[in-house]
Amino acid sequence: MFRYLIRRLLAAALIMLVITTITFFIFFALPSDPALLACGKTCSPSRLAEIKHSLGLDQSYLTQYWEFFKGLFVGRDFGDQSVRIHCGAPCLGVSFQTDTPVLTTLLSDFPADLSLGLGAAVAFLVLGVGLGTVAAVRRGRAADKAAVGLALFGVSVQIYFIGLLLLYLFVDKFQILPTSGYTSITEDPAGWFQGLILPWTTLVIVYLAMYTRLTRSSMLEVFAEDYMRTARAKGLPASKVVLKHGLRAAITPIITIFGMDVGSLIGGSAVITESVFGINGIGKLAVDSVQNSDLPVILGTTLFAATFVVLANVVVDLVYGLVDPRVRLA
Amino acid sequence: MTAADEREHAVSTTQPLTGTGTGTDRPAGENLLDVRGLHKHFPIRQGIIFQRQIGAVRAVDGIDFSVGPGESLGLVGESGCGKSTTGRLITRLLEPTGGSVVFDGQDITHQPPGRMREARRSLQMIFQDPYSSLNPRHTVGTIIETPMRLNGINSPQGHKKRAQELLETVGLNPEHYNRYPNEFSGGQRQRIGIARALALRPKLIVADEPVSALDVSIQAQVVNLLQDLQREFGIAFLFIAHDLAVVRHFSERVAVMYLGKIVEVADRESLYTRPRHPYTHALLSAVPEADPDAVERRERIRLAGDVPSPIDPPSGCRFRTRCWKAQDRCAAEEPPLVRVEGSPAGHLTACHFPEEPTVAAREEDIVLDPALG
Amino acid sequence: MSVQTSPQPADLAPAPAPFLDVRDLRVHFPTEDGLVKSVDGVSFTLEKGRTLGIVGESGSGKSVTSLALLGLHKGTSARVGGEIRLEGRELVGLPEAEMRELRGRTVSMIFQDPLSALHPFFTVGSQIAEAYRVHHKVSKQEARDRAVEMLKRVGIPQPERRVRDYPHQFSGGMRQRAMIAMSLVCDPELLIADEPTTALDVTVQAQILDLIRDLQEEFGSAVVIITHDLGVVADIADDILVMYGGRRIEYGTTREVLKQPQHPYTWGLLQSMPHLGGDVGERLNPIPGTPPSLINLPDGCSFHPRCAYKGWATEGRCTAERPELRLVSGSDRHLAACHLTDEAKQEIRGGTGPDEHGAGTDRAAQ
Repeated sequence: MFRYLIRRLLAAALIMLVITTITFFIFFALPSDPALLACGKTCSPSRLAEIKHSLGLDQSYLTQYWEFFKGLFVGRDFGDQSVRIHCGAPCLGVSFQTDTPVLTTLLSDFPADLSLGLGAAVAFLVLGVGLGTVAAVRRGRAADKAAVGLALFGVSVQIYFIGLLLLYLFVDKFQILPTSGYTSITEDPAGWFQGLILPWTTLVIVYLAMYTRLTRSSMLEVFAEDYMRTARAKGLPASKVVLKHGLRAAITPIITIFGMDVGSLIGGSAVITESVFGINGIGKLAVDSVQNSDLPVILGTTLFAATFVVLANVVVDLVYGLVDPRVRLA
Repeated sequence: MTAADEREHAVSTTQPLTGTGTGTDRPAGENLLDVRGLHKHFPIRQGIIFQRQIGAVRAVDGIDFSVGPGESLGLVGESGCGKSTTGRLITRLLEPTGGSVVFDGQDITHQPPGRMREARRSLQMIFQDPYSSLNPRHTVGTIIETPMRLNGINSPQGHKKRAQELLETVGLNPEHYNRYPNEFSGGQRQRIGIARALALRPKLIVADEPVSALDVSIQAQVVNLLQDLQREFGIAFLFIAHDLAVVRHFSERVAVMYLGKIVEVADRESLYTRPRHPYTHALLSAVPEADPDAVERRERIRLAGDVPSPIDPPSGCRFRTRCWKAQDRCAAEEPPLVRVEGSPAGHLTACHFPEEPTVAAREEDIVLDPALG
Repeated sequence: MSVQTSPQPADLAPAPAPFLDVRDLRVHFPTEDGLVKSVDGVSFTLEKGRTLGIVGESGSGKSVTSLALLGLHKGTSARVGGEIRLEGRELVGLPEAEMRELRGRTVSMIFQDPLSALHPFFTVGSQIAEAYRVHHKVSKQEARDRAVEMLKRVGIPQPERRVRDYPHQFSGGMRQRAMIAMSLVCDPELLIADEPTTALDVTVQAQILDLIRDLQEEFGSAVVIITHDLGVVADIADDILVMYGGRRIEYGTTREVLKQPQHPYTWGLLQSMPHLGGDVGERLNPIPGTPPSLINLPDGCSFHPRCAYKGWATEGRCTAERPELRLVSGSDRHLAACHLTDEAKQEIRGGTGPDEHGAGTDRAAQ
């Protein structure tokens, strides 16, 4: 188990290294020039060179790459004598645009993503598994058709459509909720909750579909298993047969997908939801950084998202080992 | 102990050996298939980055046997004894980790796939599951013709004609040439598999549990078909099965495997009426007979527990942990596969304390199962 | 209604109110292709302490029959008709809640493949304890102690330790023992074993059959064993019911059915497989063709397309008229559903055992 964890973490580190490298060199393959962007409209060649130097862009790609990695472990200093920015040990660089260390920005944006992603994930998992189970038990009947229909609706609509519709209905028209957005939970728990209800609902509608269908098909497969017949033959009530023996087995394939979804949601993949509801999250940060050719932020957000997806995978495997005794982690 | 050591050991015993130590009187050169010291160890690996081998599943652990032209050798044993692995080693679906396989005068033990083609024509396999061993997207005709095309064999009247002939040979309607496997029943699919194996006019067919997935009334149809083919075309068979009665019916000689080793080999008459190895004896006594009188007069030998793990098999004789005759010597010394006193020529047994060679000497119940006390 | 085609055992066995009395059981499944009559008018009786072997090939309806005894078709699309009386109590129309009370306690079941019949994610002990706690108000610890006791009873070494293992950590034979422990944990009066040894090796099969026999003696329960293997029923059953295409074709004591089989299908089953003591020079005598479709059973005798002896009966009778189960002359309860006259059978079988009528086969086979 311990050996397994070490091996997985080493593999995870290797994956991150590869991702960083690819992102780094794709950036330089792009035609845009961050120095030119930073230089503004009145740009002289000498000013451009100066900016290039201060951003470190005058060095070779390999040197820049090396500096980036060095910064991860020992920290870096940026700027010249006049403006000096220190970037502490796990240094992901400093934004070309705002001159703030990338990590600082990431950490300040992270709670929003954590709240949005985790909250929505818990909701769509519970609702999806519940609906899927009902659909499987009532296979072919009205409840099943309703659940499948609902799922189909969720798959076909787009986030910005649902998001704007919800905003229009609940904020503008009926004014039940305040304007959506992120407030820190420590500052104002009620505001945190109210501000996130609509973004959560939007994500739930979109993700619910998949989880309902996944649970339904997984459940139907499990219903055909011999051990379900054994459970009935013991004299167990139907509810216990389904919820204890059935769900326990049906949930395993769902865990895998769920882990990845949570990882990527927390890592900032809910970018459309963020922008519809005006939440400043990592997804939005990533999109902005690409538009501004802000290499350190691009690298930072990519690495950050990758960390969560990779970690989620490790967690999924560990949970798998707990759920399914046949899986031995070694 | 290496395979070579073992052979040395077998030869050095006091018992005179007949033939080649595989229970036949044929000189080695006249065998169609000669298997010597065959091993298959599946490695078990562990390690964080650099995996090292920490053990092995000794699925087949040094076996010798031979099959003559047109002969049928039965290979019996319980699940996990290595009989199916043996079949796969011989057809090179698995790579042996030791020993040698000589087929038709050619050493094919480690022959690269390109050079195997020649041997593979004459060496075909029939599988247990007639559902998964046929490609559902190919027509029956394609399935049967593929081996011919791959081997560049041109039939005088063309592949189609030959495939239809083969369908007729195995008792199917040649007009079903263009149908797909899912249109056939289990027994018919097994016939298709047999037709495919026959396409290259093989000299040896390895049949791995060819009837055990079929319904009782269908099993006999397939057994009869295989028997007809064996007689008509002089095909030799390595017939792997767990059903002792079917093996007895089909194979002139029978080898019994236990935990990766052959424990006894003899012609069927000798093996089934006078088994010398306690395991063979126990195995035979456990076969249920559809005859109420047989149930009453039958001896009861009930082995205790389960087959030990092939990762760490018992020292000495592998059967000793479940044997009612085991003594200290059985743990210390591995019994060689030799002719023991009282056995006819060609009846080889790997046991230090073999059973009496007469039927009358065994009357008592031997029950080793604590639950049955 | 079906009195002509399947005479009720009550008419033949004068014993008052048998422990288990199944009459004219029918289990039909509506499908898109038509009505699948998996079981179509099956009757039998069974007393406590006795064992009935139900024999047939795949699709003969033997497993569907066993599930009907447990009421496991309730809640599916199956249509169950006829009567199943257990100690006089009618089970077919019983509400699910009452049936559930009986399952596992009065009637319990052992399934074919213990690896798939045991839940992979729960320990063996917890599954046995659960079966006990469904019907008994006891603490978890008491139920667990009971599980250990049962494991010990069925011969699992170190039961205190093995109770915490998962099914995949058991060998095939051990798993079937655990399955048996689970089915016996509430001391059932009727035990149904559906191909309990088919997935096992022959030495393990012998162990398991012995175990079932010993436990039956100890608990005095009635046992229904379902199998395709006549050797297994010869070993363990008192009576044999041979099914073909969802119907009974022969029913009698084990000795009668195996020693004086009266139906050509039973002859076929007995001859088609080699015996350890048989003559290896003789060809096997298989039943030609394949089992029938349960949607469109052949008219008349459903076995006639595969029967080599239909020429021996009155012209065209086998294809037109379904044979009723008749008492075999000289027996008080051996039944067979075949149009052949005793004389014809006598002639076909050469007046002796089932192994000696190869010549008749050759003559009659087309």
